[in-house]
Amino acid sequence: MLLSEIVSVLFHGAAYGTILYVISVGLSVTMGLMGFANLAHGVFAMAGGYTLTTLMGWYGVPFPLALLAAFVGTAVIGLILERLLYSRLYDAGELVQVLLCIGLIFIAVALARIGFGAQAQRVALPGYLQGQVSILGRDFIAYRVFIIIFSALLITALWIVIERTRWGAIVRAAVDNGRMAQSIGINTAMVFTLTFMLGSGLAGLGGALGVDLLSVQPTYPFEYLIYFLIVVALGGLGTVRGPFFAALLIGIGDTACKYWVPEFGSFFVFLAVTVILGLRPKGLFGTRA
Amino acid sequence: MHKHPALIGLMFTAVWLATSAPASAQTVKLGVVTTLTGSNSLLGEHMDKAIRLYMEMHKSDLPPGVNVQVITRDDGGPSPDKSKQLAQELIVREKIDILTGIVWSPNGAAIAPLATEAKIPTVLMQAGASANVTMSPYFVRFSFGTWSAPYYMGAYAAKHYKKVYIAVSDYAPGADSEAAFEKAFKEGNSDGTIVGRVRMPLATADFVPFLQRARDANPEAIFVFVPAGKLGASIMKAFGDLGLDKAGIKLIGTGDITADEELPTMGNTPLGVITVSHYSGNGDRPANKAFYAAWKKAYGENSIPSFTAVHAWDAMGGIYHAIREQKGKLDPDRTIELLRNYKTDDSPRGPIAIDPRTRDIRQNEYLREVKSVDGKLVNVELEVVGKMVVDPWVEANTK
Repeated sequence: MLLSEIVSVLFHGAAYGTILYVISVGLSVTMGLMGFANLAHGVFAMAGGYTLTTLMGWYGVPFPLALLAAFVGTAVIGLILERLLYSRLYDAGELVQVLLCIGLIFIAVALARIGFGAQAQRVALPGYLQGQVSILGRDFIAYRVFIIIFSALLITALWIVIERTRWGAIVRAAVDNGRMAQSIGINTAMVFTLTFMLGSGLAGLGGALGVDLLSVQPTYPFEYLIYFLIVVALGGLGTVRGPFFAALLIGIGDTACKYWVPEFGSFFVFLAVTVILGLRPKGLFGTRA
Repeated sequence: MHKHPALIGLMFTAVWLATSAPASAQTVKLGVVTTLTGSNSLLGEHMDKAIRLYMEMHKSDLPPGVNVQVITRDDGGPSPDKSKQLAQELIVREKIDILTGIVWSPNGAAIAPLATEAKIPTVLMQAGASANVTMSPYFVRFSFGTWSAPYYMGAYAAKHYKKVYIAVSDYAPGADSEAAFEKAFKEGNSDGTIVGRVRMPLATADFVPFLQRARDANPEAIFVFVPAGKLGASIMKAFGDLGLDKAGIKLIGTGDITADEELPTMGNTPLGVITVSHYSGNGDRPANKAFYAAWKKAYGENSIPSFTAVHAWDAMGGIYHAIREQKGKLDPDRTIELLRNYKTDDSPRGPIAIDPRTRDIRQNEYLREVKSVDGKLVNVELEVVGKMVVDPWVEANTK
């Protein structure tokens, strides 16, 4: 009986955690690799969510294509905003960066309200992702199984790209010592733009994947910001692995609290975050504070 | 230069004449405090739309020379301080005759002392916390009381289920719903047991762990109360994901989990869900059909009015009645007297009346089931489980 409860909690928690991961890893990329405190990260996730609901709900685009469109679409939005706004503030102080982001959030919230109304948007998932799948005689929610597998593949891919490819090395070089990177012929502006696009695209992808769980509505960028920040802070800056474990910890911890001690809310999760950050200010896997 | 006393006197006379001259054109000032921005603005938007729609369609119902001026203020959500300040401004500076709107109960509670002190008849279009209507003798409520729907749901559940699990949102209306449901359930069936219960935070995004826990307790039915909107849809989603319907567990609750305006986005999961509410868009009544048609004509085929739109619509009916009876010259006590005796058989929700003793609404509570009609999910009314009833808590606690 207890074993069955533990399996439930681990499964539901892992699914919740991996959704948080997919959305937050983009923030980890922009904030961790590029050093830009992009609080407007949720805006990109929301854009991805709306892209998916609009394409699927209104135009009948199939789910995988809509996911791809959410990734590409938000990456393009990222490109435009990076060239127009963000790139001007790379050398500015954190306060200036944060103010820009807050302004962007307000604008995005208002635009979303005008465009889509105050109601939360949802979509009907394709049949093959609905219902339950039976694994070893137990029923698991099909969509959550899909999310867990998808995220596992994503983190592997990201890890390989950033830690093991030439492009990943260039990004890390540009971040760690921009002048030196430039002087050996790396176009750092270009690298930053591409990295920002990747971060935004990932946010959009996460927002689209998470539509089923975190309903997409105009105040989305505010509502979930705290979770993204916790995941990134706990995981540590400058790593793509860190946020994965942090998100799992939050997801499973939150689910366990809801399941066993609902009267405490998420108290234990936040307690754990406080203790961990107290002991390791750089986060679990952080290379710098 | 010396000003001539007579000249000044003349000027005053002129000013006095200018302000009192349009005596034939009487303007009734209606102050509206509602929520038009923020994450919970849907109900406020519907309130605003229903008010405007009512006024547009009932211009000819006003006495000749009388017109109604609406002054709307946005409280931005549940914020007692802000709504109190807005109400004060409306009363003192705009000199309103009637105050209305008010989505949130805490905001209503903050405004109550002002209404009492300034003698401003205040018509609640939402503010469902049972106690709200008792807070000022100048309050009249046209919406509902939180105790009603769960109470009659509990009475129904007592006849059909022995083991029930209770899951409610962790805030005052959630606690009220839990108490009301349990009271009626225990009264109706002394053998019935509550096999478990949980209060879920309002900020919950993932309801699966809560419902998994409920499922493990093996009930025949789960009674749910969460505020209408995204939470209702999220919990419905979790219910379907976990396959509770296939496990033979029935989902029952107040109308909030199958809100008319949210149903189209919920897929097929809600089919068969049983709820109790005072209004269904599908209600088979001429007044409801007319209201629905007018709404869709004004706001588009895809816009579905929420119950709040109907509350606002009916409240405007009451307000127009008070204006007509007094020919546009409103006296606060007379207005309250007219409102507390107001009744009509022509509300979209069926017959309604204000209970003169409690100033709360008296209306039918309908048992509904979600069914597919013409390919769309709707709440189909099965029977009247509470015939012309007042909120049971208000009934018992009004002196």
